[in-house]
Amino acid sequence: MFRIGIDVGGTNTDAVVMEGDRILAGVKSPTTEDVMTGVVESLTRALDQSAVPKGQVGAVMIGTTHFTNAVVERRHLARTAAVRLCLPAAQCLPPMVDWPDDIREAVGDLSWMASGGNEFDGREISSLDEDELKGIADEIAAKGIDTVAICSVFSPVNDEMEKKAMAVLRERLPGADFTLSSEIGRLGILERENAAIMNASLRALSHRTVGAFAKALESVELTCPYFITQNDGTLMSRDFVQRYPVLTFASGPTNSMRGASFLSGQADAIVADVGGTSTDVGAIVKGFPRPASTTVDVGGVRTNFRMPDVFSIALGGGTIVSGDGDDMAIGPRSVGYRIFEQALVFGGETLTTTDVAVGLGLAEIGDAAPARAIGGERLAAIKARTDAMIVNAVERMRVSPQPIPVLAVGGGSILIPDRLGELPVIRPEHFSVANAVGAAIGQISGEVDRIFSLASIGREEALAAARAEATEKAIAAGARPETIELLDQEDVPLAYLPGSATRIRLKVVGSLHG
Amino acid sequence: MDKPVREKRREVTLEDLEAIEVGAAILGTGGGGNPYIGKLRCRQELKKGRRIEVIGLDELPDDAMVVSLGGIGAPVVGVEKIEQGEECLRAMRALERELGCTIDALIASEIGGANAMEPMLTAAQAGIPVVDGDGMGRAFPEMQMCTWSIYGHTSTPSAMADEKGSIVVIRDTPSEIWVERLARANVVAMGAAAGIAMAPMRGDFVRRAAIPDTITQALALGRAVLDAQATNADPVGTVIDQEAGRLLMTAKIVDLERHLKGGFAVGHVSLEGFGEHKGQAGRIDLQNEFLVFRRNGAVEVCVPDLIVVLEADTGLPITTEMLRYGQRITVLALPCHDLLRTPEALAVVGPAAFGYPDITFRPMPGKPPGAQDS
Repeated sequence: MFRIGIDVGGTNTDAVVMEGDRILAGVKSPTTEDVMTGVVESLTRALDQSAVPKGQVGAVMIGTTHFTNAVVERRHLARTAAVRLCLPAAQCLPPMVDWPDDIREAVGDLSWMASGGNEFDGREISSLDEDELKGIADEIAAKGIDTVAICSVFSPVNDEMEKKAMAVLRERLPGADFTLSSEIGRLGILERENAAIMNASLRALSHRTVGAFAKALESVELTCPYFITQNDGTLMSRDFVQRYPVLTFASGPTNSMRGASFLSGQADAIVADVGGTSTDVGAIVKGFPRPASTTVDVGGVRTNFRMPDVFSIALGGGTIVSGDGDDMAIGPRSVGYRIFEQALVFGGETLTTTDVAVGLGLAEIGDAAPARAIGGERLAAIKARTDAMIVNAVERMRVSPQPIPVLAVGGGSILIPDRLGELPVIRPEHFSVANAVGAAIGQISGEVDRIFSLASIGREEALAAARAEATEKAIAAGARPETIELLDQEDVPLAYLPGSATRIRLKVVGSLHG
Repeated sequence: MDKPVREKRREVTLEDLEAIEVGAAILGTGGGGNPYIGKLRCRQELKKGRRIEVIGLDELPDDAMVVSLGGIGAPVVGVEKIEQGEECLRAMRALERELGCTIDALIASEIGGANAMEPMLTAAQAGIPVVDGDGMGRAFPEMQMCTWSIYGHTSTPSAMADEKGSIVVIRDTPSEIWVERLARANVVAMGAAAGIAMAPMRGDFVRRAAIPDTITQALALGRAVLDAQATNADPVGTVIDQEAGRLLMTAKIVDLERHLKGGFAVGHVSLEGFGEHKGQAGRIDLQNEFLVFRRNGAVEVCVPDLIVVLEADTGLPITTEMLRYGQRITVLALPCHDLLRTPEALAVVGPAAFGYPDITFRPMPGKPPGAQDS
């Protein structure tokens, strides 16, 4: 069975055709304004190059920045009703309280707070009031809104209230889309509610985009199912992404890091992705990017998604080098995409890091003569400085004394020496399409993040219960049960509370059916 | 209120709130909860046209009635079940009813963390000033660890209020520790988040017992970090210069152990130095807050001096709940105020009080806070 991975990036749309672990074809096409033209172009060329019969393609996996961009650019966002079940708690900070004005207005700035919500231990803060919700439904209908986000206090512990509220609202809003915060986010009501509201505002775009992807596949006569990658490197089905577009945020760096890991066969490694202006360094643990621990802003809105932990330095293939000796400066400015006019090796007048690599004979690009003319001593001094910058960035990502390899990917990876301190450097084949490969190898996950009371059950039992629940979720999302394994688990005791309550976060992954 | 002198009074602005958020988290030494929610709430009050007026300790008349108040509960609950908004105000009014008095000013018990904000926002709601100072100069896990308790104030009657309108008044307890115990039990019943206001203190007592100028300090610390970020300068150096602090170690977390003990997150982090501290092994013990720092096995800084952990790249503070294997951090020590270094204070907030009978508190080397540069 063949698989196709596609990565729709800001500049290029990449596609790879894979059979098992083998890469049969890899192509790059410019990303187009309508996205779909670029996707069709890449698909067509990849299929041609691989000579794989279309009927034998089992699945297409797509990584896209479409939804992130919609939020960042405040485009295609639908007017959304935000309903919070909380009263009398939480009324001092209404929904969207910390959003930038422009995006709050873009989604209509419409919110309601109603009775409901739970305590940390599952008790009700107040009971759900159906009449109150019916009144809210009528107001939502009167405003012509057809997408609703519902967020209840402690819904990650107990999601009943969100579900009941949805049922009540749906009676009076039969055509509306509903997003429940418990299905998307973790503890931290403002961040989870933010994610739910953004998700609700993206539902219409999601329907259109999913339809357009289907059409793109149809136009190249692919009839197989397709999936979209989410921020943890796992896959979402077509139905799933229609309901949860927000989970695609930050899938780009994730795909690139996972692709590098796969291409090199290294499950634990540091990935250094060198572009034209910067180098992004991240860590791969058991084949998945290590998540950042802090909150992440998307388009100025605070969320608590688990995004990959990436450390960036201003060093890329186009980084400008100036001065000498004590005055030597490397970056942060870069010639960027104008490297083909401005770098010395292309007949330009600006000394860049690429010229240094060429001058030292580490790469063969353009005309080496003007680069060599800089002089061996100065070139070596510059190289020592850039090496030190990379070593420093890589060291910051190490998690143990084990000498794990560094995977060098990206167009500027010639800047990375063959060893970084005690760490070996691996340059995987096909590194320029690592992100499309990352999409193609996506797995299915199931995740649980809840507070468990240890009053009646022990810690081990609670972990087992959480694991069973996560496994169920993964199977429901399309994973083959026999392939499911534990990816990550963490339990954090709740501070300042007597008794034993602990917050368990746990994730399993498995391979896709078919 | 007509008693305090007004000249030195100043207001907290929207911009100040951003800096106080960061500064309060730094003074939280890993605990105290996240001031983010409190900042948003203060911001809402200012946007409604209310004002946060700050007065110095020296402006308090002898007979002023000053109340310390704040939120109580689990930080993780505080970010999920946000307060109704007037819990502390209701607790304060309950005290006024209980005692038949009028409260003139508010003060934080704990400047470190989430409770830096609560007195400011309640003061704005009540239309009274907040005092520039607090009862800890940092964060501690228990209420009787504040200087009011240490220097003889009895916190009964105390009033607690939840978001549902319930009020519980705690009175006639045999000792301060019972206030703490009853309040803890009650806050769980209230859903692990409530507001609490303690028995009023006289102005002359507060002038003697409060850690002075800590709102100003939090503001300055936060400004230092935010300004350094904006200009790509080094926030750590600025913080150390301002606070007579000391850089202990730039390090990576190589082991992390956290478990639950008596309702507290207890554990330690092991550190491996990098940069100029390469080759050194560090260890920080924690009980919600960071308590003891050891270098190569030897105790170097301990509670009540402040052990602050900042993210190495940004200079932003890291709480014990944010700690994670592999994190790159900068560990600093800031000297605590002399009010926490007396024998009676050390009996309550010294290392022995946290289960380290073998560690003798030795003030960290360096100038005491507030000392003038020569």
